[in-house]
Amino acid sequence: MKFRLDEKHYPLLATFVVCAMLYLFGAVSYRHFASPQVFADFFSENAPLGIAALGLTFVILSGGIDLSVASVMALSTMVIAGMTARLHVHPALAVLAALAMGTLIGWATGLLVHVFELPPFLVTLATLFLARGACFLVSMTPIDVSGHNALGRAFAAMDVSVGGIDVRARAWMLLALVLLGVLVARFTRFGRGVYALDGNEAAAKLMGLPIGRIKVGVYTLGGFCSALAGVISMSMISSGDPIKYMGYELDAIAAVVIGGTLLTGGVGYVAGTLLGVLILALIQTIITFDGRLDSSWTRITIGLLLFAFIALQKLLTRFRLGRGKIRFPAAPASV
Amino acid sequence: MSETPTLEAPVPASPPLARYTRVPSPWLKVLWPVAALILLLLFDLIFVPHFFRVSVSQGHLSGSLIDVFRLAAPVMLVSVGMTLVLATGGVDLSVGAIMALAGAVAARLMVAAPDGANLSPWLAALAALGVALLCGAWNGALVAMLDIQPIVATLVLMIAGRGLAMEFIGSGYVDVHGALFNRLHGYVLGLPAAGLLALLVFAATGAFARGTSAGLLIEATGANKVASRFAGVNVVLVTFLTYVFCGFCSGLAGLVAAADIQKANAIHTGMYLELDAILAAVIGGTSLIGGRFSILGALIGALLIQTLTTTLTYKVPVEYTLVVKAIVVLAVCLLQSDTFRRKVFGGRAVA
Repeated sequence: MKFRLDEKHYPLLATFVVCAMLYLFGAVSYRHFASPQVFADFFSENAPLGIAALGLTFVILSGGIDLSVASVMALSTMVIAGMTARLHVHPALAVLAALAMGTLIGWATGLLVHVFELPPFLVTLATLFLARGACFLVSMTPIDVSGHNALGRAFAAMDVSVGGIDVRARAWMLLALVLLGVLVARFTRFGRGVYALDGNEAAAKLMGLPIGRIKVGVYTLGGFCSALAGVISMSMISSGDPIKYMGYELDAIAAVVIGGTLLTGGVGYVAGTLLGVLILALIQTIITFDGRLDSSWTRITIGLLLFAFIALQKLLTRFRLGRGKIRFPAAPASV
Repeated sequence: MSETPTLEAPVPASPPLARYTRVPSPWLKVLWPVAALILLLLFDLIFVPHFFRVSVSQGHLSGSLIDVFRLAAPVMLVSVGMTLVLATGGVDLSVGAIMALAGAVAARLMVAAPDGANLSPWLAALAALGVALLCGAWNGALVAMLDIQPIVATLVLMIAGRGLAMEFIGSGYVDVHGALFNRLHGYVLGLPAAGLLALLVFAATGAFARGTSAGLLIEATGANKVASRFAGVNVVLVTFLTYVFCGFCSGLAGLVAAADIQKANAIHTGMYLELDAILAAVIGGTSLIGGRFSILGALIGALLIQTLTTTLTYKVPVEYTLVVKAIVVLAVCLLQSDTFRRKVFGGRAVA
């Protein structure tokens, strides 16, 4: 099959161009910015965001939304911290419990969305509150586990040095998971089903797709990824904080949208999300390197980029619809 | 492939004709939220000592009920705007960020010359409202004119708004002062001025929406954009103006929230308030898919949420508050869902 540049590749291409331009800008403007270590850190430092955004990509591709990403991440850190520091459970067991908890929350969300046809926006809003509330149930104050952070040590033991550059285990995990995500989205029945769902359930149902299983599966995957992101972040910060990651869901959504996935679902690439995360990381790093700009500029820049990408996507959709009309004059004008 | 494709079209079972022929009274719509509020107040009457005690101190009324009325002002104000936006079939996620931005603008403009503009509080507040209107216009332009999905369009300001607010006042607390903010924080006729202001906005909006054809136009837009367009409704203008109004309400709420603690803050002001406002509107019988709204319902919904929050602070330890709130959100969503009522209670859906 010959690869042909299609209109549907434009958002991804635009993301890549922005990413490359930001990197070039940083490399030219600041000393040491272009060093391989800084590049490796983009992945190491943003592994939790990347993994959470990865799960969210599937949810958004299916035409849904998950607002509970950040709360589930925080709850995951709290579960691990609470179990290891307070109950003295083996860390591996605590990690399993955290992952199971996230998966369960995602599964329940999926069921509520599918069985009772509730808007995912509201259901995940409830799980946002629920998970954040559960964090406070575990502890109102941060739990420090730095004294016996077996998790951090286990992760540190897996860090690999490539040619003198520290590449953290979590960076490899992120890359491996993204690769896995790409494969699942492209080559499995589940992945194709997710694309097919994209808001038009009637059509998907008529095609004989098991929409219930796909929908529940998507949210379960999202919950699992959020919990995993929490586990990874636990290996970085070695403390469970009930108010950590407030508002982080926005960053995850922004990463997915900037990565070229349409929030209406159905269009987008898993690999694009990695680029989206990279763009957020680049903005953050440039602002840190610059030192003159406040951290508030991070949010403003992300907002502006988000707008630029939405506008671009809108333009492309119009363009495509326009072309479609000319090619097939008999097709109905409204979609 | 194990399963055979089912070819039955997923057309929902058509509801009985009676549902269309009988027009329910507008008062019936607020029956459930009112019942819920009364139930909650009864609970407070029995289990929370002195909840209903209202005393006079320092020339104004005080007590738990008065506190509820005062603290509910921001969510009341935002939920009016949100109700109209939801009625057009949209949603505004940026209300909390606009609140923070409005407070920040007012505070920054009041600060003495080298850092700020040393404006009088009234002018600063007007400027803040102007900024809020601009934010609303930006949202409205994206949704109505560029035809961008509301969740996405308002997400831009939701993210950037707090960044802008921090650009003005940083991440700390900055004082707001002056007669205006003292008055907003104070009492009129013995009642909290902030609550009265919110009530006023509610009354004015309700009168405007139902007294003129504005409410009908908004509902028509939300019910079916294309049909409304063909029927001669200026869908673009109606949608645009609801977002502008929502921005204005959020700005007002931002000023009230700043006045309440006499400080503006870019991070904590209005955090998660968009969710409370949406919840208030939905409790009040406004449909999330548009085409149906109740201003009175939103008022009761907002009061219900604040009463619940206040009750929770009395009855359960702070750490349970969010969990209980989550359960309430889920219960409300489920009860509002036709599918849930059909599957659980069987038979036809109750209006």
